[in-house]
This record gives sequence, structure tokens and C-alpha cells, in this order.
Amino acid sequence: MEYKATKQGYADALRELGRENEKVLVMDADVAKATLTEQFEAEFPNRFFNCGVQEQNMLSAAAGLALEGFIPFASTFGVFATCRAGDQMRSSIAYPKLNVKIGVTHCGISVGGDGASHQSNEDIGMARTLPNMTVIVPGDYEESRLATHAAANMEGPVYLRFGRDKYPVVPEIHGSFEIGKAKTLRNGSDITIITTGILVNEGLLAATTLEEKGHSVRVVHMHTIKPLDTEAILQAARETKGIVTAEEHSILGGLGEAVAGIVAENHPCPVQRVGVMDTFGESGQSQELLDLYGLRAPDIVEKALKILS
Amino acid sequence: MLNKEEHEILKAKAKDIRREIVTMVHRANSGHVGGSLGAADIITALYYHIMQHDPKNPEWEDRDRFILSKGHCTPVIYAALADCGYFPKEDLLEFRRPGSHLQGHPYQPKTPGIDACTGTLGIGISTGVGMALGAKLKKQEHYHYILCGDGEIQEGQVWEAAAFANKYKLDNVIGFVDRNYLQTDGYSEKVMPMDPLAPKWESFGWKVFEIDGHNFEEIIDTIEKAKNEKQPVMIIANTTKGKGVSFMEGEAEWHGKPPAKEHFDKAMLELT
Ligand SMILES: Cc1ncc(C[n+]2csc(CCOP(=O)(O)OP(=O)(O)O)c2C)c(N)n1
Ligand SMILES: [Mg+2]
Repeated sequence: MEYKATKQGYADALRELGRENEKVLVMDADVAKATLTEQFEAEFPNRFFNCGVQEQNMLSAAAGLALEGFIPFASTFGVFATCRAGDQMRSSIAYPKLNVKIGVTHCGISVGGDGASHQSNEDIGMARTLPNMTVIVPGDYEESRLATHAAANMEGPVYLRFGRDKYPVVPEIHGSFEIGKAKTLRNGSDITIITTGILVNEGLLAATTLEEKGHSVRVVHMHTIKPLDTEAILQAARETKGIVTAEEHSILGGLGEAVAGIVAENHPCPVQRVGVMDTFGESGQSQELLDLYGLRAPDIVEKALKILS
Repeated sequence: MLNKEEHEILKAKAKDIRREIVTMVHRANSGHVGGSLGAADIITALYYHIMQHDPKNPEWEDRDRFILSKGHCTPVIYAALADCGYFPKEDLLEFRRPGSHLQGHPYQPKTPGIDACTGTLGIGISTGVGMALGAKLKKQEHYHYILCGDGEIQEGQVWEAAAFANKYKLDNVIGFVDRNYLQTDGYSEKVMPMDPLAPKWESFGWKVFEIDGHNFEEIIDTIEKAKNEKQPVMIIANTTKGKGVSFMEGEAEWHGKPPAKEHFDKAMLELT
């Protein structure tokens, strides 16, 4: 299995975009070495703006640049964009629907050693409840690259969520990328697993295990949390016995609640959520934390069997 | 004033703490070594000479408070707290491990001797001025020592705290800016210039002292002076990030990079 950083997909796409479109600018808040936007800075020093440790100013200033016709990609860690600069995201960017792209790294429990202060397990929920905001959570390096291009090519605010670590490369999700259009990776009729972000690989592993037990499993990769592909969800609700969602995020506010809401209103079926329980994270190695916080294939299998039995 | 013997004791303590910092970050293969080494002398002066505190009674109402506003530098404070006896030294083995009370960034509910949760830059100084106001309301006499990074003070929240402390005349606040001119992305004056720094704090109503943050006499004499001021005090402490390990000194790359075996061995040789 090949491992590659999702934030590297973001950084590579930024450089490609920089070559194509001189309106593309990149901003960071003193974590350019960690988000990897320093790679854009190396190639385009005059279109890179390090704002210092000032996330709030960065996001509202990005709004100002967007008002002047630029396409700023403002980058920091997920927790600082949504929690420190939540108002700036809401009032300066989402409300006036400005063309600002918020590219964040170090999301989820897999931040590792820095612990709870840096582990954003709430950011999808915060971003997704903002009107006008598009929210994308890519599954691997290549999808991160494609998603960043797609974000640049649409008009309006986008929240792009990446991790700190290296994560499995998943060829099944490569090729095309359309914002708001889920990818059906496997077709099946007993149960559906809906994944977002880096848990796509765990979803596929879980499907294999369940298939070995004789179940027919559908796997849907929901890289866009907003706008949500409700048709893919309702199809799963109609055609399979239930849905298991899997995300590297709190079970509150993220993919799981989004799916449950759609299903409850339109075509009720059992839904089980895999995600971080309603608790803060802690320090540890990123891979071991994914185990400890129940974000692995066996956790998905267990929830699926609950529905199937 | 320090006598010669006291001075030697502090020097030895600071070296012990520096050894522990490098060891913890090496063992965890994760953590912030540069800013911890640079702050080791200030922390030593506070915990072994200045502060009124009781490791056997961490909740003592009248203790002086310390807030690590630059919360990423947990190794320096954990090393000092363990050595003072707040918790067993063996706990340091579990730094940044699941289940440990020694989290990557300070977690006040679990760690004896930690007075506030920090880690998101800017929040510590605000919590500190809030505690200082609380002490005033309760007519308590202790001091609040708050250590900020010079990258950290770029946060707007820091200046909100500065205005607040001036408004409520919090003369029980003694802050430090660890002026090492480095932050994650390099030289601070290039990332986001903050010089001239002293007039900024002065215009916010704070008394400012500038010192060499590695000179125990200066640190201690200045704090004694600060206690007599009738306004909040900010001590701009000029320091060298990575102080004590030659190849880390003044090098931005050692902000958050753990030393692997080879660098660890080299560092330990210099710290014996
Ligand atoms: C609000 C917030 N933004 C960003 C970070 C990430 N970060 C951790 S340390 C650091 C640089 C701090 O530099 P400085 O305050 O100068 O500390 P020192 O040089 O003493 O290590 C940054 C940006 C953070 N912890 N909190
Ligand atoms: Mg600094």
C-alpha cells in the first residue's frame, strides 16, 4: 500500500493553478512549513502572503482580496480556521459569498502528538452549517489535487479539508472529480457504506470483509459534504437495508448527521455512524489514534453487522 | 540579588531541565524543542527562586500562577513541574502518549501544577488576565506570570488582553515576551514585523522592561522591580531559541522537529 499526504495534493495543485492563473494567490498564518504552502511561496514569492500568527485577519483580508477580483487560497490548520476565525469565515466570506478558498490541513484525530488542542473533529460541522459554503473532504493525495482544481474553477467560498499525515493512496477514487457528485466505488444490495475523507480506504477494507461473510456491499465515497449528493444517499436508502457512515470527525455535525437527516426526512432506514464519539482527542501517533478512536475497517464492519443482523 | 551559591544552583537546574526537554521530545519523536530550551532559564528562575508555590498542594489558593501562553513549549514546564515534585518523574516517559496526563499542549484539568489550558496561541494571556481580575475581586495578593511567544503576540487576542489588563489596572500581572525572533516559518520580523515592540506595550498601558532572558540576575531583579509597579508589566526577554544546544541555537528548523538519535546524542554531550 502506497501512502501519500493529502496536503501534498493541495500544495501540488496550488502550484499548477499558480502557473495557469495569475489571479490565484496563497496566504498562510505562520504554518506554511506544515501546510506545505511554502512550496507555492518558493515558486511564486510575490503571490504568497504570510500573515503571521493571525488567522482572523488572514480570512477577512482574503475576503478583501476576493472583492478585488483575486482568488485567494487561505491556509492554516483546520482548528484555527473554523474555531479561531469562525466569525471571519462566516461574516466576511460566507455571508457575502466571496470567492475565497479556505484550504486547511491537520484535520481530524490523526494530527497525532499535538493532541486535542490541534485535533479538529468539529470543523466539518462548523463549515457545513454556514450558508453558501461548499465543503470538500478528499480521500487521498490525488483526489486532494483534483478537488483543489475544482474549487478554483468554481465561483464562491470553499472549505477544503486535508490531514497532516500520509494516508493510503486509493486508485478507485482517481480520474474525474465533480463537486457534489459522490463516487460509487462498489455496487451492492445488502448494505451501503458511505465514507468521506481518508476513511475511504477503511470503507473498502470493511466491504471486502463483509463480502467474505456473504453480504453484498455498496461503497459510496462522499468527498463533498456540501452540497450533499442526496440522490446517491436516497438510492442507497431505497436499494439497501441500511447505511453506515464513516468519517474522521465527530459523529456530531459531520457526514453521519448529514446522511441521517436526509434519510429520516425522505426514506427512513437504519443508519449507523462511525466517527469520533462526542469527546476531545489526545496525543498519540496518528495511526494508533485511528485505532483507539474506532475509525477502522473493523469498526465499520461491526456497525454494518448491527444493521444486517 | 542572587548570591554565588544560588546562582550555581539555578544554572545546574536549568541544565537538568534542558536535558529533560531534549530527552522527552526525542523519546516521543514529537514536540517543540527550540522554544522550550530558549525559555528554560526564565522557567528556572520562576520555579526555583521567584514563585510562591507548593508542589504538594498544587491547588493552594494563594500560590502564584504561571500560564504557558506559548502552549507548544510543554517540555520545559513539564520538566520543571516533575523536578519540583508535582508528579513523578516517570510520568515524563509518557509525554505525548495516549492516556498520559502530559499532553502535547497543557491540559489543566489533568496535570498538577498546570494553571490553564493553552495550545491555541493567544488564549493563555487572556485567561491569565481573567485570573488576575478574579484575584483582585477576591482581594488576593499573588502574582500571575504569563509567558508569550513573540510569534504569538501577532494574534489580535493578545492585544485585546493587553487593553483589558490596562483597564482594570492589573498590577498583579507580570508577562514575558520570549523574544527569540523566530516562529514556525522563520525570522519573525520577516513573517510579521512587530518591532518596535516596547512602545506597543507601553501605549497599551503596560510598564515594559527589556532584559537578557538567559541572565538569572537580570530576570530576578527585574521581576522584583515589576512587583512594585502599579500597572501590568511586560518583560521583553531577549532569548536564543534552542539555547544550550549549539546546533539548535537560532535555527528555525528546530521549532517543531524532534531530534533523532544522532542529534539527541550530540545534544546530550553538550548538556552534561
Ligand atoms: C492560534 C494558533 N495558530 C497557529 C498555531 C501553530 N503554531 C504553533 S507554535 C507557532 C509559532 C509560535 O512562535 P512563537 O510564539 O515565537 O514561539 P517560540 O518561538 O517561543 O517557540 C505556531 C504558528 C497555534 N498553536 N495556535
Ligand atoms: Mg518566537
